[in-house]
Amino acid sequence: MNLTRRHFLILLPAAAVAWEAVLAGTPETSPNYAMTEHWWGMLVDISKCIGCGNCVRACATENDVPDGYFRTWVERYHISDYDLTNPVVDSPDGGKEGFPAMLESGGKNFFVPKMCNHCADSPCTQVCPVGATFITPDGVVLVDKKYCIGCRYCIQACPYGCRYLNPKTQTADKCTLCYHRITQGLTTACCEACPTGARQLADLKNPNDPIHEFVRTHDVQVLKPYMATGAKLFYNDLDGSVR
Amino acid sequence: MSRFKDGGHLLRVVLVFVLGASAFLVLRAALVPRSFGEYGHYRGNAINEIAAQPIAFAGHQTCETCHPDIATVKNAGKHAGVNCEACHGALAKHADSPVDVRPPTLDTAVLCVRCHQANGARPKSFPQVNADEHSAGLPCGTCHQPHSPVIGAGAKQ
Amino acid sequence: MPVQGYMYPNEIELAWGILIIVYPFITGLVAGAFILASLERVFHVQAVKPTYRLSLLTALAFLLVAPLPLQFHLGHPERSFEMYLTPHRTSAMAMFGFVYLWYLMVVLVLEIWLDYRRNIVLLSQSTKGLKRIAYRVLTLGSSNISEKALRIDDRVGYVITIVGIPSALLLHAYVGFIFGSVKANPWWSSPMMPVVFLFSAMVSGIAVVMLLYMFSSWYRKRTIDMRCVDTVARYLFYSFIIDFGLEMLDLVHRIYEADESFRSLDFMVHTRLYVSQVLIQIYIGTLVPIGLLALTQLLKLSEKARKRIYAVAGGLTLIGIFAMRWNVVIGGQLFSKSFLGYTTYKMGIVAKEGLLSACALMLLPFAILWVLVKLLPPWPDAESLSASSPPPAPGDD
Repeated sequence: MNLTRRHFLILLPAAAVAWEAVLAGTPETSPNYAMTEHWWGMLVDISKCIGCGNCVRACATENDVPDGYFRTWVERYHISDYDLTNPVVDSPDGGKEGFPAMLESGGKNFFVPKMCNHCADSPCTQVCPVGATFITPDGVVLVDKKYCIGCRYCIQACPYGCRYLNPKTQTADKCTLCYHRITQGLTTACCEACPTGARQLADLKNPNDPIHEFVRTHDVQVLKPYMATGAKLFYNDLDGSVR
Repeated sequence: MSRFKDGGHLLRVVLVFVLGASAFLVLRAALVPRSFGEYGHYRGNAINEIAAQPIAFAGHQTCETCHPDIATVKNAGKHAGVNCEACHGALAKHADSPVDVRPPTLDTAVLCVRCHQANGARPKSFPQVNADEHSAGLPCGTCHQPHSPVIGAGAKQ
Repeated sequence: MPVQGYMYPNEIELAWGILIIVYPFITGLVAGAFILASLERVFHVQAVKPTYRLSLLTALAFLLVAPLPLQFHLGHPERSFEMYLTPHRTSAMAMFGFVYLWYLMVVLVLEIWLDYRRNIVLLSQSTKGLKRIAYRVLTLGSSNISEKALRIDDRVGYVITIVGIPSALLLHAYVGFIFGSVKANPWWSSPMMPVVFLFSAMVSGIAVVMLLYMFSSWYRKRTIDMRCVDTVARYLFYSFIIDFGLEMLDLVHRIYEADESFRSLDFMVHTRLYVSQVLIQIYIGTLVPIGLLALTQLLKLSEKARKRIYAVAGGLTLIGIFAMRWNVVIGGQLFSKSFLGYTTYKMGIVAKEGLLSACALMLLPFAILWVLVKLLPPWPDAESLSASSPPPAPGDD
């Protein structure tokens, strides 16, 4: 068959489009994983957290988190009987080695694990000047460390203090919800290491997910709801004094 | 027409701006990463790069594949909900080459108190003791079998 | 003990330091200097004409340096051009990159070029060597300085100045918006922020031009045009009163509404931020200069006394406005978003983002201004123009 000019004119734009697709690359996450089938979140059950710090250590191991910076951390709250609105909070080294013993104390005392809330309307992705931080189609807020310019605007914009500047990569860094694990059917490192099941991964698009079921049927809260960030980190049994 | 002649220098300015803008557009076409904008205002390839990060914790299902006997003991006791690597640490490397990479031996005197040392902030229903008084200085493993911690319950491992 | 109370672990180290204070200070001077220049060109305040060209060159010198503190601050300055390639339209910072570019190229550079074009052409014909090449390049190859051409320049320059005024307002109000739009930070989040930044920019810009004009007259052993300086000082006084009023409105509003953040912020202002906010910014940097300038407005003082007061007031003003930037940036990071604690700012000295870099970047615009002044003399008197050009008629130029 002779390629006439007419054939060429028809084939060329098609070839150009195909070439663009090739250059753009095709997603290579686990062959069975489709981003549109998931909407990730997490449940933290305050009534189960024992402040052992396993999660903080596991996250640091799994994700090579530099010392002194935290993708997740645990706070200990002490609310005296006479001052319900001003809690005393501590988090020694983010709770990495647990907490010093507190044998006897009045008032309310409990642990609050914190991490990135993977907000659906995240203020941090809104302010990024270059598009280095974003929310994936499956609901995980990530940082592209090859594109981030290290301006720290996102660190300022996060109401929860979950971001930091990684001193090694000089880019913004934070909890990735162990994206490299959850896309392969594993759970996050912090959930894997938690001995009491206080931390559980939730797939809010999966009707059969027991954690999704829990969130649907229990009174759960998010941190700073008035910020309207669409946070997807749900807390069970969260006291009103928690900041 | 004479106005045009006297405004000639302005045309040169416009030319400079046009050249600058064109240079910018060419640079932009060349430098913006190909996958940018694929899913949103970011580099689409970043998703794959982040998903390709190596794994440190194998996950309890992997452990149970090779150690079903321990899993059976554990799942019948109080530590059923405690995943293997919660105590044994990250062991994906061991799962990949079980003979070459051995998991470190654990010291129960240090490990157990992390969770079970009495602390006023821990839930009251959670089993906790004051380690100094509880065992007279003996390590926890002296009396407790970590995989089935209640004394007397389950077979000895 | 650097941390008092509780800070979220990642909040303990400040993300934005001295360089992020230098940057809005510098861009503020740009906006303020330009507004002063436009007073004559658009609002026909003849008295300030001697400062017209100096204001423009000052604005340019500072605007050229403005990106440098940002480059020093970035984790990856080599990627900063990404802001122009893939600007995120929801990010105030990204959009500011274009506001800056617009202002630099279309407003400032073009206006300076049009105003100086006659001088540039003449100098390109009368000088020798490297200077001649520089001037030749600046002419863009056109040597038309006929009456008609210059009239066109004047008309176009007038339009550019008119466009330039909202552009200058946008330039610095945008910086205020970069802070004011961060809902996570109650010290910053406010619709007042762009307005406060804008007026403090005007104050600092007017003050710096006033000081430069007085200094250059003294240095060149020329008589100061007191009518000019008196007028500039008057505009400084008015804008300072407005600026102070706005800041007091913000303060009173905060105290009255006493929202969730108030107790924490109040404590911070009374302790860690006391010296920089109350002593330096409010007392020494605002009330004293306003008081001094008020004296010159209310009393009939000798020329010598007025000059001394203007110099002192101008210097204190710049210190006060710098302190204002410090208090916004550092103050916004000293308290915890949990409202339960405070941290300390540890400023390095020799580090990339340290005191020495900040000082160098603050001095660099003056060095650039010195070069610009040699290349494009802004002085109204005849001696500075090239020998071949006719001296300007009295009242002209």
